[in-house]
Amino acid sequence: MIGSFPKLLSATVITLKLLSLSLFFGLFIGLLFAILRMNKNPIVNKFAYGYSYVFRGTPLLVQIFIIYFGLGQIEYLRSTFLWVILKEPYWCAIIAFALNTGAYTSEILRSAFQTIKPGLIEAGKSLGIPNKVIFYKIQIPIAIKQSLPAYGNEIILMLKGTSLASTVTLMDLTGVAKYIISTTFKPIEVFIVAGGIYLFMTFCVHNLIKFLEKKYGFQT
Amino acid sequence: MELLAFGKTGWGDELFYATLMTLAVSITAMLIGFFFALIFTPLKLSKHKSLNLIGNFYTTVIRGVPELLVIYLFFFGGSGAIMFVASMFGYYEYIEINAFITGSFAIGIISGAYSTEVFRGAIQSIDKGQFEASKVLGIKKHIQFYKIILPQMLRLAIPNLSNVWQITLKDTSLISVTGLVEIMRQSYIAAGSTRDPLFFYSFAAVLYLLLTFLSMKLINKLEVKYSRGF
Repeated sequence: MIGSFPKLLSATVITLKLLSLSLFFGLFIGLLFAILRMNKNPIVNKFAYGYSYVFRGTPLLVQIFIIYFGLGQIEYLRSTFLWVILKEPYWCAIIAFALNTGAYTSEILRSAFQTIKPGLIEAGKSLGIPNKVIFYKIQIPIAIKQSLPAYGNEIILMLKGTSLASTVTLMDLTGVAKYIISTTFKPIEVFIVAGGIYLFMTFCVHNLIKFLEKKYGFQT
Repeated sequence: MELLAFGKTGWGDELFYATLMTLAVSITAMLIGFFFALIFTPLKLSKHKSLNLIGNFYTTVIRGVPELLVIYLFFFGGSGAIMFVASMFGYYEYIEINAFITGSFAIGIISGAYSTEVFRGAIQSIDKGQFEASKVLGIKKHIQFYKIILPQMLRLAIPNLSNVWQITLKDTSLISVTGLVEIMRQSYIAAGSTRDPLFFYSFAAVLYLLLTFLSMKLINKLEVKYSRGF
């Protein structure tokens, strides 16, 4: 139990890398699709809705498998520069995670944008502030504050989601835990250590979000 | 399309049965989850500190640890645990538990943690006056629960339970790692033997979408039914 601890800790680094990179890309994807969702053009609107519906309605495992096993099958892709990225399980996992968390993030941000009172935007307009500035300086900061609690949940869900990277041969925390279980046949001990590390991470995320909420959130 | 033909030439019938298997596992897991919620919701609402702690421990640990890790624990540890219990009764043969049971149990425990949170929230949002009024009227505790609290609770819980159902349905894809032939596993087998993973995994995605779409329709009907008069 103690002997497996360093191995699991070094695997935690991979889990954290996967998490931070996919959250980083996912945030941009989410913001993009949240903006598209609020577009008045029905085609753009429907496209963004379809994206979030498909990615939220199918298991993450299917998404990873399509990207890792499926895309390699297209001959054309193999000849482009994209293949450099798509042949690596690491990047495939990150693409899948980013697209997945992007779909959830877009929903979180959309609902946050929709709860902004129209009066605030009208006030900005009547003060002669350009639309772009209203968006970046008024709407986005409010939306970020508004969506903090829900986004915190999404981070935790994503942290748990990174465990699926082990299904495409990546040795993240769950991957290493499974390897140790299958070689030592000590499932309970390994579960306690690996689960403890995960719990510690969720605990940190939870408290970080609480802290940010207190610092930037609204006093309601 | 030939790949999806029914019979020996295609994978249509296999995928159809796999879809039924996914549904069966999801429903079983959901029911096991309700059973766990039935035990742990009162614990979470209890006034005793120690009972409270047990309830919180369950929901925090299960919701904070990846589903896959829980499944591995059950898959590798399940038969060991049962053999240990059996050895206390003097049975020393190797016992292998069926993948369906381990899988639905593992997913059920996860689903139960979410259901517990939903039920707790629903009970807590029922007006305190309802409890007090039924007490004043001298209604017995269990009748109070079945006739007064439960109907009101269900109305509040159904929208959130539909989320839990979606999570459970999607989590069943993870038990494919234990070899149970549900949608994901069947697609894996089909993709391996036809060398056409893109098609089969995309088809699996379509099947899951179909399942979530249809079950949402059904749940929306239930929601309407239970919110009569509101």
